[in-house]
Amino acid sequence: MRLSLSSRLSVVLALLPALMVMIVVYIGATGWTVWMSLTNSRMLPNNNFVGLRQYESLFGNDRWITSVHNVVIYGVLFVSLALAVGFLLAVAIDQRVRAEDTIRSIYLYPYSMSFVVTGLVWQWLLNPSLGIQHVLRSWGFAGATFDWIVRPERAIYCLVVAGVWQASGLVMAIMLAGLRGIDDEIWKAARIDGLPKWRVYASIVIPMMGASFATAAVLLSTAVVRLYDLSVAMTNGGPGIASEVPAKFVMDHLFERANIGLATAAATTMLVTVIAVVAPYLYWRARKGDIR
Amino acid sequence: MQRANVDIRSLRIGFGGLKVLDNLNLHVEASEFLVLLGPSGCGKSTLLNAIAGLIDVKSGEIHIGGRDVTWAEPKDRGIAMVFQSYALYPRMTVRKNMSFGLQVAGTPQDEIGRRLGEAAQMLRLTELLDRRPFELSGGQRQRVAIGRALVRHAGVYLFDEPLSNLDAQLRAELRVEIKRLHARLGATMIYVTHDQIEALTLADRIAVMQGGVIQQLDTPKMIYRAPVNRFVASFVGSPAMNFIPGSIARDGGAAFVAGTSRFSLNGYVFRGPPTDAPAVLGIRPEHVEVTASDDPFAVPARVEMVEPMGADSLIWCRLADGTAFSLRHDADAPLRAGDTLALRFPPETLSLFDDKSGQRL
Amino acid sequence: MTVLAEPLPAARRRRARMTPARWGLYAFILISALYFLLPLYVMVVTSLKPMAEIRQGNLLALPVSPSIDAWVTAWASACTGLTCQGIKVGFFNSVRILLPSVFISILVGSLTGYALSLWRVRGASILFGAMMVVAFIPYQLFIYPLVRVFAFTGLGQSLLTIVIIHTIFGLPTMTLLFRNYFTSLPPELFKAARVDGAGFYQIYARIMMPMATPMIVVAVILQTTGIWNDFILGLVFAGRDNLPMTVQLNNIVNSTQGERAYNVDMAATLLTALLPLLVYFGSGRWFVRGIAAGAVKG
Repeated sequence: MRLSLSSRLSVVLALLPALMVMIVVYIGATGWTVWMSLTNSRMLPNNNFVGLRQYESLFGNDRWITSVHNVVIYGVLFVSLALAVGFLLAVAIDQRVRAEDTIRSIYLYPYSMSFVVTGLVWQWLLNPSLGIQHVLRSWGFAGATFDWIVRPERAIYCLVVAGVWQASGLVMAIMLAGLRGIDDEIWKAARIDGLPKWRVYASIVIPMMGASFATAAVLLSTAVVRLYDLSVAMTNGGPGIASEVPAKFVMDHLFERANIGLATAAATTMLVTVIAVVAPYLYWRARKGDIR
Repeated sequence: MQRANVDIRSLRIGFGGLKVLDNLNLHVEASEFLVLLGPSGCGKSTLLNAIAGLIDVKSGEIHIGGRDVTWAEPKDRGIAMVFQSYALYPRMTVRKNMSFGLQVAGTPQDEIGRRLGEAAQMLRLTELLDRRPFELSGGQRQRVAIGRALVRHAGVYLFDEPLSNLDAQLRAELRVEIKRLHARLGATMIYVTHDQIEALTLADRIAVMQGGVIQQLDTPKMIYRAPVNRFVASFVGSPAMNFIPGSIARDGGAAFVAGTSRFSLNGYVFRGPPTDAPAVLGIRPEHVEVTASDDPFAVPARVEMVEPMGADSLIWCRLADGTAFSLRHDADAPLRAGDTLALRFPPETLSLFDDKSGQRL
Repeated sequence: MTVLAEPLPAARRRRARMTPARWGLYAFILISALYFLLPLYVMVVTSLKPMAEIRQGNLLALPVSPSIDAWVTAWASACTGLTCQGIKVGFFNSVRILLPSVFISILVGSLTGYALSLWRVRGASILFGAMMVVAFIPYQLFIYPLVRVFAFTGLGQSLLTIVIIHTIFGLPTMTLLFRNYFTSLPPELFKAARVDGAGFYQIYARIMMPMATPMIVVAVILQTTGIWNDFILGLVFAGRDNLPMTVQLNNIVNSTQGERAYNVDMAATLLTALLPLLVYFGSGRWFVRGIAAGAVKG
């Protein structure tokens, strides 16, 4: 395509913001953060190179270890539960049920709400003295205990409950699209072969839905790494430091504890984790030709 | 309205390592209707897009109306174009679709109105001017697309398979309409198609393309009568030309021999001195004649199958050596599988091709 | 993006008779629906109860004497740390952030997507590929350098800053959305416009954007919910005077001294969730299209 000078200028002009954002924000800022993690910057950034010292102290930091520990627990449970719940919901809806649109709306609406709202609602529901525990006791289950949100070793599981509530609908929507994309003739063929329905799902449908599972899993995983608002709103990292997460660790050390070196080291560690999760997925999609 | 000629010199186009057009030369006279004909992927659309300035040229030159436009923007080339998918702007009315280009160019309002009225009248679009594309039928949409090209008063009109998305009946109607338009305007038109009927009915000259190369550039009559190679012979004509392998015998009058069958070549114009190398005889089904069995040039054949096609029938036969071929014959003739026919292959209708190169002999 | 096509109406298997398996299915659907609805229900009833009723009664019980006092308090006089002007301050801040952010981010994103899809310029695919990759990087990597950059330019924390920030972080998704849409159009449309002599911005404004109305709707839904629900960016970049509703809400609920007014908390929470809920229930299938389109970023 032959472009005159003025057309070419217009294109460049239109792409300038994107180019600037790429270079200044994404590449520049990321690079600077990585560099900061190699200095001993505290309240103000400096350029005193200290090698990997920040990483040493990072992995000797109790709060960071707890954060990583928590995000692993949260990640494994949140991703697997949301995938399972979302898939089951999608399968249920796919059975040609009545009021499908309404049901789908109910499953999906939490996804439209912010993590702050999600966190505050569940904080209230899980409140030991007035929440669900209280309801169960008032119904006569005198010994019922559901006080995980105030028990340090259990608090992180409360975040999982809230997170799954918020995100399962998204998985359901992705899975439903995948299920609806399966050729009707496969179902006809399976019926002629006399396969029971669960068998068709287990042996034929799930293997065909690899792309849907991968997409959903990557989306959920990036949400795990970004986990911040939910922890802030629901438990504020507590009780104590029991439900701290890495993103919160970075924010707190940047803005409250004035330890830029440590915070950027933590951020860089997050980056490495994300690359480890996302790179194979992007590679796979690029090979499929989705992203050119 | 100026009528421009088009001159393409040593044109090379490629995408990545793929060569689409290699050293292509073509001259289109002013007022000529030239059809680029070929199977998909032959480079005909690429050539048209290059003339329009919509794709990059690796090397070579394109001249329109004597002006070198190789590096000019599409709008500055004095061309107008009609696309296969109509490419009407969906959010604009017919009127807006047709006048958009003129508005962009800053043409005065009264001039726009004049040209619009003229084109709308010519294409019977006057009633439709305030509709939007989705309210139109396929045929109407394509007429609007043609109208959008007409108002540009271009030196050259480019058509990229404009009738391919229409059903058979509409296609025939619009074909006539385009032919009438050309007669009336006398404009230069370059028309891409893979449909040989369109090519044969519309063109002053046809360029048959394959593999990015123009195989033959000639009048429709010559393309049909004297194809320069087997590709052109087989691509043009329906039902397709028969090919009978054999060799040329020079014992006495030149004849073509396939097994025990002998075909007279008395009257065939060779392009060079004939040799007795293996060759292929081409004949169109409509040129094979049924003759009396005592005709000295008769070739016997056996009927294998009869396909009625309405006005006539396609008769599938086999020669004595088993070569299959077809001929067109009166639908009312009482022919059945198993009958034996005496056939005449008029030498002036034959084509002979070299067995190896496929070139006309 | 084929994986994420909008769910089609299931028109394939006929509706089965009510067998025991069907009863089980409906029981599952009902129970799961209750799980999803429970928090919304509890929010609503709690916000309508006086505190005494909350302390003595049951979380799930309907209010005995419903009142909207808590809503009034939450809106107009709840305390967010220092001031006691209710969540309405945050609401109007969020509106002021939302409108320009949505408009500008869609403008820039659509222009970028348009330039990257139809105008095959050198390096376009590299730029696009890079944008898709960086969209996965957590905000924590950029936040501090950006704070410094904005401090350096003198913008600091301000309304303009947060609008720019939302435009920056909305760019990959918006670009993807519009690029994919423009790529899916018949290329001949673009060619026709070029032959008609329209230039870069003319084709964008007069042909492409009027056609992209469905994508604009999706983009508006996506950006409205995304920006409204944002917490971390507003917290860091908006500045004390422009803190968005989510941040104010968290302050109201989590920084209360003394006895907590759960009814006010829940009314404030509902108020904050109101706009996304309205967008969600008002837009129906468009919302699903939106999250499907934005799914690559997430």
